[in-house]
Amino acid sequence: MATTTLPANGSKNFFRSLRIPPVYYFLVVVFVGGAILDFIFADGQMVTNPAILTNIFVRSVALGIVAVGQTFVMIGASIDLSVALVISVTAVMTSFIMNGQTENVPKAIAVVFLIGAFTGLVNGLIITKLKVNAFIATLGTTLILRGVLNATFANFKGSIPRSFEYFGYGRIGPIPVSILVLLVVVLAGWFVLARTRYGFQLYGTGGSSEVARLSGLRTDRVIIIAHIICSMTAVLTGLFVVSRLRAGAPWIGTDGVYDLESVATTVIGGTALAGGRGGVWGTLGGVLIFGVLDTLFNQLGINPFMKNILRGLIIILAVASYTIRSKREAA
Amino acid sequence: MAVQETQAETQPLLEVRNITKRFPGVVALNNVSLKFYPGEVHAVVGENGAGKSTLMKIIAGAYTPDAGEIILQGERVSFAHPVEAYAKGVSIIFQEFNLLPERSVAQNIFLGREPSRFGIIDRRQLHRDTEAVLKELGVENLISPSALVSSLSVANQQIVEIAKAISYDSKVLIMDEPTAALSSVEVKMLDDLVERLKARGMAIIFISHRLGEVFDIADKITVLKDGQLVGTVLTKNTTPQEVVFMMVGRELDHYYPPLGKPEDFGEVVLRVTDGSNDFLKNISFELRKGEVLGVAGLQGSGRTELAQALFGVVPFKGGTLEVHGKVQMIKNPTQAIALRMGFVTEDRKSEGLFPRQAICDNMLLAVRSLQPVFGYIFKDGLPKERKLVPGLGKRVDIRTDSYDREVQFLSGGNQQKVVLAKWLASKADIFIFDEPTRGIDVEAKAGIHDMIRELTKQGVAVLMISSELPEIIGMSDRILVMRDGRIAGELPAQSSEAEIMLVATGHGQAENNHSSVQAEAGKE
Repeated sequence: MATTTLPANGSKNFFRSLRIPPVYYFLVVVFVGGAILDFIFADGQMVTNPAILTNIFVRSVALGIVAVGQTFVMIGASIDLSVALVISVTAVMTSFIMNGQTENVPKAIAVVFLIGAFTGLVNGLIITKLKVNAFIATLGTTLILRGVLNATFANFKGSIPRSFEYFGYGRIGPIPVSILVLLVVVLAGWFVLARTRYGFQLYGTGGSSEVARLSGLRTDRVIIIAHIICSMTAVLTGLFVVSRLRAGAPWIGTDGVYDLESVATTVIGGTALAGGRGGVWGTLGGVLIFGVLDTLFNQLGINPFMKNILRGLIIILAVASYTIRSKREAA
Repeated sequence: MAVQETQAETQPLLEVRNITKRFPGVVALNNVSLKFYPGEVHAVVGENGAGKSTLMKIIAGAYTPDAGEIILQGERVSFAHPVEAYAKGVSIIFQEFNLLPERSVAQNIFLGREPSRFGIIDRRQLHRDTEAVLKELGVENLISPSALVSSLSVANQQIVEIAKAISYDSKVLIMDEPTAALSSVEVKMLDDLVERLKARGMAIIFISHRLGEVFDIADKITVLKDGQLVGTVLTKNTTPQEVVFMMVGRELDHYYPPLGKPEDFGEVVLRVTDGSNDFLKNISFELRKGEVLGVAGLQGSGRTELAQALFGVVPFKGGTLEVHGKVQMIKNPTQAIALRMGFVTEDRKSEGLFPRQAICDNMLLAVRSLQPVFGYIFKDGLPKERKLVPGLGKRVDIRTDSYDREVQFLSGGNQQKVVLAKWLASKADIFIFDEPTRGIDVEAKAGIHDMIRELTKQGVAVLMISSELPEIIGMSDRILVMRDGRIAGELPAQSSEAEIMLVATGHGQAENNHSSVQAEAGKE
């Protein structure tokens, strides 16, 4: 009796100690459900074909990287709607500056990261110093960026050199480079949040800026840094997208709905809109759910607009389940 | 010990001299000088607006005084920010909790000061440091460093706050209303903790509205009134009556209005038989017209849940509920309001009022909830309603220059009066009060108590929940004592605190009436 129950107990505790974000249960349900549908209505390759499995991840890279940044600002009880435009700007500027020449790559990367850092800094300053609500502040910078971009560039401009396509299409062994980049970003995000003083300060500031202030934190700086990090992840996403598309156009970021989808996946992942709670692993789960849905709808050949209905349902279900759970915990 | 004491006599740990602080239109503190000695619990009492919170905020560096000086261990200091005060060993526990519910105990205590190398947290060290602090307080078995604060009881959260203060190596600890949210047992625990801190030679400054606790804990009591120092007395040389007199200029005897007489009590207006839900079991009692039925019990005994069940917030699932002689199923507050019930909640700000709306709109809230949606457009309701307002205001004696003023600018006592007016407007005749005077100053408290009694004379039945036993005893015509979601017993008017506590903690033999069955059931 004891020998059979003890290990079971042990593994239960082990799983609990891992603190797997609940979003992964959703992910499993979506994946298994999707696989079954795939087997019934299509060829079932979603499970059997490793290429399609890998594709789920590749599809998730663009959204995943920026969602990590969004998780940072949202833990800080802020939000960044300007990421989509930062992605557009990055894509356009990259292909414009690179103009098909490998020697221009470092210059282009430096310029776009500077633009990203500057945008994040401006967002952060508007939010903390002018005390403009984050939603409004980043909506404002979005409109400004869009105006500047549309006034300067109409459509695809320039192109990227072959060498730069490595980011989007390259592989190390069987694994696409882009997936490794995503994993590195997520790991770095996790490390900063869970193991550094900055991460602790961000949770503190997001949980209650008053408590944080009374504990001696410079809350403004914490939020500004979060916004800079977020914009930088948007730049990285922009670089990935442009290396896939081989040229940048002003509508890339907005067409990808990276602003709302990064917020949605972060929320599905368990980060509270009010801040102070959540993490990048949960966000990755949310991103993968979207990736699975994308692939599934592709497989089944269903109208892609249907996809949004399911996404919408999942957002609502996920957040509802969190509030119900936390209520139960409270009671 | 004797040596220490003489040292203490000569060298105060903290001294404030001639502190003056003005806010636009008011002098919050006028030339206040006080000395705080090590190993001493010094209570500062006074009505709301007496200046005690302002004084504490000045000592802790949240405000800068307009005049005067602070001397810490013989050295003149001035703090621009609470963090500077912490660094010098002056900690304050504010009235509102200052913890992050979603973070662990360790993360909260060392927020902003986490042990780290190159910005990377040393988690083992953090855990060890936290354990050390908890051990110092003797609570290492009660609270785990990795526990989420939201999973702790209110009392344990309070201890975490204290632990946070201690971890700054404080010499002076200011506690602003530390017991406001605690039950009696938890207060006792806090007392023990304070004793420990005292023994370490800390100076503890204690602010409370509850005089009973002040007398239990404090060695010295300082009374402030209208920003002026009234005086400092040794606890052993004074009485609560004397202190109240210093605070308000009247005796404690005037504190509670006379209880109801048997002829005041009318028919049963509310009868619960075997009511139960997730939190409550076998609830049976009657409430009569014209009486105040007090509900006592420890924190978590189901007092508030009882009120919520009656009012349909978290309804009963089993049993029967009779209102005005008819069996009713109250599933939501709208039904309760329609049955002329009123619920004055524990938390005025979040449950009783819209702080940013005008007084008059708040008063008419309950009436309007009963009207059809377009009622006040079609039925000439709007002007008629507004005519009610001055009458209501007079009835509850709200002190304001205009009924269009936003409620948030009123004092706690006046806000509570607005809540009362709200229910009077809906012609409620069964009132449920949940902690009617929490966080309200002494004078306004007496006003609320008078008003509750006045209501009963007008034929209203009152169910009053309170964690303050003197309030229960002073106000109740009968007393229900709850424990573990059940009614553990019923006690007559003017039972002693000890009798109530015995029943509330499960040691009582108060089963002298029909509720003995429930008391028996409660023992399982």
